[in-house]
Amino acid sequence: MVKKIRVLVAKPGLDGHDRGAKIVARALRDAGMEVVYTGLHQTAEQIVNTAIQEDVDVVGLSLLSGAHLTLFVDVARLLKEKDIHDVLIVGGGIIPQDDVPTLKKAGIAEVFGPGTPVDEIVSFIKKNVKR
Amino acid sequence: MTDLSARILSGDPRAIARLITLVENESADAIPTMKHIYAHTGRAHVIGVTGVMGSGKSSLIYELAVVYRAEGKKVGIIAIDPTSPFSGGALLGDRIRMMELSTDSGVFIRSMGTRGMMGGLTGALYDAVDILDAAGMDIILIETVGVGQDEVDIVKIADTTLVVLVPGLGDSVQTIKAGLMEIADIFVVNKADTPGVEQTVAELEAMLDLATAQTRAIPIVATSAKQRQGISLLKQRITEHSEFLKQSKQFETRRRQRYEAELVEIIKKRLLAFIFDEATLRDTVDRCITQISNKQLDPYSAADEILGRILK
Ligand SMILES: Nc1nc2c(ncn2[C@@H]2O[C@H](COP(=O)(O)OP(=O)(O)O)[C@@H](O)[C@H]2O)c(=O)[nH]1
Ligand SMILES: [Mg+2]
Repeated sequence: MVKKIRVLVAKPGLDGHDRGAKIVARALRDAGMEVVYTGLHQTAEQIVNTAIQEDVDVVGLSLLSGAHLTLFVDVARLLKEKDIHDVLIVGGGIIPQDDVPTLKKAGIAEVFGPGTPVDEIVSFIKKNVKR
Repeated sequence: MTDLSARILSGDPRAIARLITLVENESADAIPTMKHIYAHTGRAHVIGVTGVMGSGKSSLIYELAVVYRAEGKKVGIIAIDPTSPFSGGALLGDRIRMMELSTDSGVFIRSMGTRGMMGGLTGALYDAVDILDAAGMDIILIETVGVGQDEVDIVKIADTTLVVLVPGLGDSVQTIKAGLMEIADIFVVNKADTPGVEQTVAELEAMLDLATAQTRAIPIVATSAKQRQGISLLKQRITEHSEFLKQSKQFETRRRQRYEAELVEIIKKRLLAFIFDEATLRDTVDRCITQISNKQLDPYSAADEILGRILK
């Protein structure tokens, strides 16, 4: 058995750039994970179908445009609707502190603001993957 | 029949995805299901797509998948990217070019890391192809890594191999490694919307004229994945190749090669696991290594002894 943590790094919504998401994706790879990267402008449905086909342990969502409340919550809801409970969802980007409780309640395990050291993200994932 | 087998045969994406993970992880849990579904494999046409990084392999696979979907065919895609030898991690980015397909239930896309396998493939590739095949995919497209250019192993598994080139590759097509030239069933000159296509096609033609011992003229197709040009023609050439294989009996020869390669792969893995993992032989191996370090034993004699234990 050679289990590897598989992570989907996705950018939902209309953001124009993905520098941050790519930095995180590379850091996760350097930490030994297999990172599926999907590029910009993903719908919640595309993200969830990709997560299923790629059988990822983690879905990492990144957003700068302020639509996280709907988009992050949509992804979490769709996963639940499809009866998928063993995927860890984390979020990142520019997210006001006030919104964090709502996101956590919706099933986003953790929210990482801009400038979070990537090591912190890596160790959170390693500690919290569900299978 | 395992529950997972039934779900695979019915085409359930979550079951397909989970079983591919099990084979990637070399989990023994995969084996009963692999045995069950095997009788349902062998139907899909397997297409290998190889060529240098950035030549447009992912984009072409996307366009081909769209054309096959328009005919109602189910399409499986396996996109391989290199695993870092240092961290063991991998960045799997081929889906970026294929996201439009991710909500089509007639398409299943899986990204895989090479996980230490040489030759631009992954050790679990045979199994992954069998799984997609048993799950009812009519067409399976495999994208190789595309870095080393020495990805000739793809012919062991693909029925049809596409070698993708682009115009203005260095100074000429002569720079392409010989091995890669010989495995092509079809040459694709992609990015035909950029300057120099005619020259590249002409150079290829000249080179193919020189090549002897061909049982069949190798077609060259100029495409632009960007402008959706030449894709239907490419699909037609693939179909013709598939018909050629069946008429010439080469289909059987190729499939036999594939099954042999698959069998060898399984035996190798098991043999290595038996020698290095099992409690029985591990002690002998460790003792041999100690003796080798002390120069009391040479590695060839040690190998004789270890293999002797298995073969007795
Ligand atoms: N001009 C042009 N660019 C293309 C074409 N096909 C792909 N590309 C671009 O070439 C780059 C690499 O494409 P990709 O499909 O990822 O190549 P791969 O590395 O071989 O899988 C991307 O920026 C594509 O948009 C084409 O037919 N014409
Ligand atoms: Mg690619």
